[in-house]
Amino acid sequence: MGLELYLDLLSQPCRAVYIFAKKNGIPFELRPVDIFRGQLVSKDFSQINNLCKVPALKDGDFILSESTAILIYLSSKYPTADHWYPSNLQARARIHEYLGWHADCVRGTFGVPLWTQVLAPLIGVHLPEEKVQRNRAAMDRALQELEDKFLRDQAFLTGQHVTLADLMALEELIQPVAVGFDLFEGRPKLTAWRERLEAFLGMDLCQETHGLILNILEQAANKKIPDPAPEVYPYMLLRISRIP
Amino acid sequence: MGLELYLDLLSQPCRAVYIFAKRNGIPFELRPVELRKGQHLSDAFAQVNPLKKVPALRDGDFTLTYSVAILLYLNRKYKVPDHWYPQDLQACARVDEYLACSHDSQRRVCLFLIYKKVMFPVFLGEPVSPEMLAATLAELDATLQLLEDKFLQNKAFLTGPHISLADLIAITELMHPVGAGCQVFEGRPKLAAWRQRVEAAVGKDLFQEAHEVILKAKDSPPADPIIKQKLMPRVLAMIQ
Repeated sequence: MGLELYLDLLSQPCRAVYIFAKKNGIPFELRPVDIFRGQLVSKDFSQINNLCKVPALKDGDFILSESTAILIYLSSKYPTADHWYPSNLQARARIHEYLGWHADCVRGTFGVPLWTQVLAPLIGVHLPEEKVQRNRAAMDRALQELEDKFLRDQAFLTGQHVTLADLMALEELIQPVAVGFDLFEGRPKLTAWRERLEAFLGMDLCQETHGLILNILEQAANKKIPDPAPEVYPYMLLRISRIP
Repeated sequence: MGLELYLDLLSQPCRAVYIFAKRNGIPFELRPVELRKGQHLSDAFAQVNPLKKVPALRDGDFTLTYSVAILLYLNRKYKVPDHWYPQDLQACARVDEYLACSHDSQRRVCLFLIYKKVMFPVFLGEPVSPEMLAATLAELDATLQLLEDKFLQNKAFLTGPHISLADLIAITELMHPVGAGCQVFEGRPKLAAWRQRVEAAVGKDLFQEAHEVILKAKDSPPADPIIKQKLMPRVLAMIQ
């Protein structure tokens, strides 16, 4: 059995792993995991990944979670172009610096609109407007820092070439866009970055990767999103309680 | 000008960087940045790190922030022993996995605890409700269980038989609640044994030196009102 990637394309870090593997022609078996059908907390999956998280990678007996770890593993193991995770000391440091800031300011923040608009309502939870506004403000601050401190006048987030940092960022920024919050509007610099990145990745690959999430509102409207399995409620409630 | 490290040992990631550099005999100038005096908000420091955070590194013209980035940079540049961040693909991935995972859960709860138990009431003069504190303490408990069950298991160190960056990040994080007066290692013999091993691997003297500040955090004199006003917005943003 070759490389297996356990992914739910509704999840931002899963999409980053997917798009990286596909773009680099890394052969893998896609093991779709539907978080909301409770597959994450199922006995089968917890044997794969005792942290019960996606994305997860299985390479023979070796099991790995955390998108950053997976991306670095894939870029080291498979023949991928150097620019993704450069061997140059300073260039590589810049990626880890971005990922540090991303963990603080992007992860957990840009996923909130999907929760407030689609996922929490599925279990009858409605977030107060105060939290929605606080999240908007946090996203605005993060986007400003992204432009001013990282992107600046470079083509990509850590320099002139696409890196793992750009993938992680893109997939997070797509999440609010999918529920109608167009954070690229009024931000020409960021828009240009997105266009460069998507052109580099290829529109087909982008459509394939983003299709599910970009369709989420339509699915919700047509009641095509299944009710979350009861086993998933604790995870969902915990996640919702973490929204500041 | 050689390597400069801008640190406040009150901060967990700063301690990890400090211990790593000292343990590996990496020559550097220590540039203290006192968070409780708001020195990280100064214009001078913004020249080093526009994100206004510690730890920060300056190596000639190159500046860098975020502890994992700094640790990995030092690790590669100074050719330290392999066990800190192994060359082996899978061993290295385990360290990456821990570093990413801990950020979400352990780092967050340890930071919240030092703030809710010490920094808010003692230093910033802001009360914290017992319910809020209890919730955070419960989270700490869950995190410690996860650390033992999913990471440490029956190994000597978190990702294998030897100490790595994962252990350094973990131990410096857990010293935050210790500094806040919480029971972390008491009643958890497995974790306590791991702590002893980490301290021995790092060197007891160095470990104690690095943790002197956090262990005295409870004795912080109250912040003067001007400093408090400067610090509060960022503190509140950080521990939402």
